[in-house]
Amino acid sequence: MSIAFDNLTLRYEGFHLTANFVLEPQKKYAILGPSGCGKSTLLAAIAGFMDIDQGRILLDGLDITNLPPAQRPVSLLFQDHNLFPHMTVMNNVALGLKPDLKLTAKDTTAVHQALKYVDLTDQAIKFPSELSGGQQQRVAIARALLRDKPLMLLDEPFAALGPALKHEMLDIVAQIVDRAHSTLVLVTHDPKDALYIADETIFIANGKAYPPINTKALFENPPQALQDYLGETSAKPISLNNL
Amino acid sequence: MVDRTQPITRITTFAGWGAIALLLAVSLGSLLAVWLNTDISAGFTPADFRIIRFTLTQAFLSALISVILAIPLARALARYDFRGRQLFITFLGASFILPVIVAVFGILAIWGRSGLFSNILQHPLNIYGLTGVILAHVFFNLPLATRLILQGWLSVPTEHFRLCATLGMTAKDVTKHIERPILHATLPAAFLTIFLLCITSFAVALTLGGGPRATTVELAIYQALRFDFDLPKAALFATFQFMLCTTIALLVLSFSKPTRFSIGLDRPAKRWDGQSRFHKYTDISLLTLAGLFLFLPLAAILIKGIGHLPKLPASVIPASINSLMISLTSATICISLALIIASLIIRLTKNSPRTARAIEGISFLSLVASPFVIGTGLFIMIFPFVSPFKLALPITALVNAIMALPFAIRIILPTMQRAEASYGRLADSLGMSQFARFRLAIWPRLKPSAGFAMGLAAALSMGDLGVITLFASPDNATLPLTMYRLMASYQTDAASAVALLLITISLTLFWIFDKGGRIEHRIR
Repeated sequence: MSIAFDNLTLRYEGFHLTANFVLEPQKKYAILGPSGCGKSTLLAAIAGFMDIDQGRILLDGLDITNLPPAQRPVSLLFQDHNLFPHMTVMNNVALGLKPDLKLTAKDTTAVHQALKYVDLTDQAIKFPSELSGGQQQRVAIARALLRDKPLMLLDEPFAALGPALKHEMLDIVAQIVDRAHSTLVLVTHDPKDALYIADETIFIANGKAYPPINTKALFENPPQALQDYLGETSAKPISLNNL
Repeated sequence: MVDRTQPITRITTFAGWGAIALLLAVSLGSLLAVWLNTDISAGFTPADFRIIRFTLTQAFLSALISVILAIPLARALARYDFRGRQLFITFLGASFILPVIVAVFGILAIWGRSGLFSNILQHPLNIYGLTGVILAHVFFNLPLATRLILQGWLSVPTEHFRLCATLGMTAKDVTKHIERPILHATLPAAFLTIFLLCITSFAVALTLGGGPRATTVELAIYQALRFDFDLPKAALFATFQFMLCTTIALLVLSFSKPTRFSIGLDRPAKRWDGQSRFHKYTDISLLTLAGLFLFLPLAAILIKGIGHLPKLPASVIPASINSLMISLTSATICISLALIIASLIIRLTKNSPRTARAIEGISFLSLVASPFVIGTGLFIMIFPFVSPFKLALPITALVNAIMALPFAIRIILPTMQRAEASYGRLADSLGMSQFARFRLAIWPRLKPSAGFAMGLAAALSMGDLGVITLFASPDNATLPLTMYRLMASYQTDAASAVALLLITISLTLFWIFDKGGRIEHRIR
């Protein structure tokens, strides 16, 4: 599914952000930028949590600017509060199929399959608090898998995980996205994440979201604003080879 | 602004505005109804001014004494960790849901003419009048003041006390740099809150005051309605009280800083100041004295009540059933209104914060309205259709629900806001319908607060001796009214048994709802 930002302007508590470009279907994008620049805000606008000041957002050419969050074809993962602490792992995943938890036998089978996919079969009747951080995010991924939406939006859900675990998570996400032919948008403050998973990267600075550029090319020849963000030590081109 | 309103959201919004309309109709509409049915009369007589003066004097002294005593008490609780400290603090909270009539009975058992101190001194004390009213008000509000101040104290991070210790500060320095600023932030609001509660106090004045020299405005309203059926006078007093209390309530709001309701009252921060022997002994004696002051009346009820249980009159059975029905109905109405209004406030906060604040203000209206005027207004409004005496119990339930609403909203709103902030977006992005959203996402987070609020509302209504005194006929009394009638006819033994029954039911109701709310709501 393609996402078009048509002369979009977002204003939020004294800061503003403009975006005017198109994201192509079935590609993986990273949104990169300093904290407070509006990365998450842009994601929230796609998901329908931000009032849009000017401009439009179109999905496959369809104007969704005024659509409520529930009617947008989006799976969303936050940094925390992805799971309801009072529900079992099983029910948290099942919400992806039936938001009212009225499950048929077929639904239950599907839920178990999703749990198997993220390797959590034996955790189904546990509660989130009994799981590790990585396991918790895998539950959320399993739910996204069941939701099977053409857009997958990730708001730094793996920021608190160690490098190895993070890559494992990104791999599962990439698999799911590829299998469902979805479009992925990942918000991150870590250039390594972008290099690891994103075909193209959107850089945000000074109130502007720059059109996506091939991630490798971007880091091989970073514009001044990106150089400032990366800092002196990493001003020299970085690539997957010297991660 | 973009309108993403869904039909189902509109229904809950309508419910919200409906609740607000009901609230306005009951609190302001009833006052209006009373006014419209009176000829505007001449105004206050000199006797009326005496009533106003007494009301203000007793409220001022009660608030002053409560707050002054609460300062060292809160400090002792904040810096001295002892076994049973948590119990002591819980006990301070319990006084809030103690039926007033029961507490008055207990106070009389200690300080009354034939009470404990009269016996020890071999000289009958007489506390009826100003002394008794203030004594009872301090009994109720010293715990409240202590908790309010203690909250401020415990909000100081441990690091600050560590810093003070590292810098070599004495107890005096700590007072200057930490404690005085805290008191500065908490005292005005605590004082005004208690002042407000004491102005509208009724049952204490009814039982320990009375007579031309010890009548409060609220009691005067009751007397005007009950004995003289003098509507103009009642309306005049009610309007005066309404304006006075609104002014004070606005002052409270402007003084009070947003505090978190459930700030950890658990363990005191480890302190390095005030640990000298002198401080320790003063703290211990203070806590002992305050404990005795608060505990002795309750112990007296327990001891007397158990002995006289066989003397329980048969009338307590229908009275208990009436009271339980009123209490449960009223708690249900109260919590429903609180939930509806809290979600309306949250929905409005985003786009029109001013309206949201105005609605929050309206929900506190009943703190300043007289329950008797509300009752009388309802009485006048329904009089053309049905005999109000037949509806005495439903009216009482409704009025009680509205009187408990400010507390319920104060408890539920912050929790609901937290649940929305943490899980609202997740629920929306999953496409939960309004009903599933509340049932699956919000309610499980809200349940402990809702249970606590419901227990509070049920206990307050159970122990209430207010509107029912106005409408009750002999055959539809409540338990507190039965007890009052026994006390008024000097059947002290039977009254003590009823007191024990009443306090047991009240506390049990609170316990059941609070405990029920705390059972973890797990969706398996």
